[in-house]
Amino acid sequence: MGFRRALVPAAALLLTLAACEKKKSGEAAAPATPQAASPGAKIWFGHVGSLTGGEATFGDSTDKGIKLAIDELNGKGGVKGMQLDLKTYDDQGKPEEAALAATRLITQDKVTVLLGEVASSRSLAMAPIAEANKVPMITPSSTNPKVTKDGDKTRPFVFRVCFIDPFQGTVMAKFATEKGVKKVAILRDVGNAYSVGLADYFLSKFKDLGGTIVNDQSYKAGDQDFKAQLTAIKAKGPEAIYVPGYYTDVALIARQARELGMKAPLMGGDGWDSAKLFEIGGAAIEGSFFSNHYSPEDPSPRIQDFIKRYKARFGAVPDSMAATGYDAAMVAADGLARAKDATGDAAAEAIAATKDFPGVTGVITLDKDHNAVKPAVVLEVKGGKAVYVSTVAPDAPAPAAAAPMTAPNPIPAAKPAGK
Amino acid sequence: MTELLQHLFNGLSLGTIYALVALGYTMVYGVLKLINFAHGDVYMVGAFAGYYLGSVLGTDRAPNLGKAALVTIGAMAICGALGFVIERFAYRPLRHRARLTALITAIGVSFLLEFGFQLNPILRAPIEFPPGPSPRFFPALVDLGAPFDLLGATVSRIDVVGFAVAILLMLGLQWIVYRTRFGVAMRAVSFDSQVAGLMGIPVNRIISGTFVLGSALAAAAGIINASARPRIEPLLGLMSGLKAFVAAVLGGIGSVPGAMVGGLTLGFVEEFVAGYTSSRYRDAIAFTVLIVVLLVRPDGLFGKGRVEKV
Repeated sequence: MGFRRALVPAAALLLTLAACEKKKSGEAAAPATPQAASPGAKIWFGHVGSLTGGEATFGDSTDKGIKLAIDELNGKGGVKGMQLDLKTYDDQGKPEEAALAATRLITQDKVTVLLGEVASSRSLAMAPIAEANKVPMITPSSTNPKVTKDGDKTRPFVFRVCFIDPFQGTVMAKFATEKGVKKVAILRDVGNAYSVGLADYFLSKFKDLGGTIVNDQSYKAGDQDFKAQLTAIKAKGPEAIYVPGYYTDVALIARQARELGMKAPLMGGDGWDSAKLFEIGGAAIEGSFFSNHYSPEDPSPRIQDFIKRYKARFGAVPDSMAATGYDAAMVAADGLARAKDATGDAAAEAIAATKDFPGVTGVITLDKDHNAVKPAVVLEVKGGKAVYVSTVAPDAPAPAAAAPMTAPNPIPAAKPAGK
Repeated sequence: MTELLQHLFNGLSLGTIYALVALGYTMVYGVLKLINFAHGDVYMVGAFAGYYLGSVLGTDRAPNLGKAALVTIGAMAICGALGFVIERFAYRPLRHRARLTALITAIGVSFLLEFGFQLNPILRAPIEFPPGPSPRFFPALVDLGAPFDLLGATVSRIDVVGFAVAILLMLGLQWIVYRTRFGVAMRAVSFDSQVAGLMGIPVNRIISGTFVLGSALAAAAGIINASARPRIEPLLGLMSGLKAFVAAVLGGIGSVPGAMVGGLTLGFVEEFVAGYTSSRYRDAIAFTVLIVVLLVRPDGLFGKGRVEKV
């Protein structure tokens, strides 16, 4: 009788030990060990993206851009004779899930390069994991400087192929000042590293240029009702409202602002870039402006060709998330091709040395902080889509106002002293 | 002055939603002495029911009043059924157990609804069910026109309609609770369910009816809210449900007029504090109110302190 009663807990204990054993052996085989280049072996790229959740189009577009890049690279023979393959995990828009997905990709799926995430708060959750496991991570469009820089130290394994917010914040500040706007209110997403950072950079640059911030309000992503904040903003009479958030919240904020009778245009950053912005925002978002990584109207043949190939494959014009996703995968492959061996350290070193890489979002050169120095474009929402207005180059004294893009993505003359 | 008035109207719009949901909490507490934490998620299901009915009836292509009424009543019926099912299978078996057991079950049902709705769609046509974690855009059920000016503040028409519907529903509830036999039975069960049973009142049926009524009101609140603030997602009920619970406590849990007053009060307080001080603490306001109420006057505004004399 005593033996029978002990059977169930004993079985449970044995099962638990067996499960733990499997996990431990999985973690021990960390990919710091070089991967043998046996014929038929594949190089795995891991992508963590928000395929569902509040920013579903971000992850979906990035994934499509990466898939297109991988297919094209495989068609040309892959990297170092090996074919590329992609494993994507959905983080549902939650940073904890992003960290879990990154860990799973590194420890169980043994990816060589980690791609992701679009949202800075989720990239920040993933960066320490990539660092600890010595797997290079390239974020396609996270713009918060903290993703590649931990305090004063640059993270050796984290890179990005886009510009950073200290620059992006100045873009709209300069644009607004050029348009003669003197009074701006800010409405930021207080729970989001990207939104808070971008709002701060915009604020300091706008004040430097002589403007005034009449009101600074906050909301939380997923909030339903913004009327309290908007009413307080309306009372101060701003000429424009800077809303550096993600597209679903921004679309709702625009609608509620118009419902309150506010006519001031909204301004924002690359978090606005989604087809859903126009779908949800409708007429409310018309006449608003946002800064972005690239514009599909750029006449440069490299970009138009990319758009044609993307449209042929996926049936839609690529947004900047798809374009940066494509560039991230390309830069990763380029780095791996130049790496002297198959270790994570060599790959990171090679990626860090990326110089003058012809990407579809611009010429990509990674500076000492592993950030790409690229110009930004300002787009206006007109007729239910984003229309190109101007390009702002880094360290440029004044933006080229409404001039057609003559030179495709100018290469900056001198390397700016680390932003 | 116009800012004050605008905040007043915003607070009214917010408060009616909290009032409608708080009514469900208070009625169920009245009859069962149970805080039904799943009620906020029934509100969410109501919004989704409206979304699915609207897409099936094609309201986004041709919004009209008849379809809007059909969608609202349909969603109320669906949530009423859901409330009945929850009570029958999750709470009734535990009625004679400790109160804590039922409370934990309520939290369990809440999680079931929240995370069940976040699963990726299994059914694809005619509707995608479950909806998955991505937010959906609630279609406009009626085309009402542009917002209008009232004494300097801008009021959107859907808020006016929503407010009118909410008032009608609350008056309807008042009539049911105080003028019908069902209402008398409900009040009897909430006073003392054992003796009410001995007097011939079918206690189980009354309790089920209470759940159905509360859930139907939550569904109406869900549709009114989704029409004014058109983004819906499975975690919609989380914050709103908790705030409605605070509103019910503020008004005196167990008291029907208390829930209405508590809801409106909380709406105003949240709006004014968020508008005039820092909007960062918007959600914290509701919980601060809860703490203050429990410390200062735990019976709430309308609650009677029942003293048990030995």
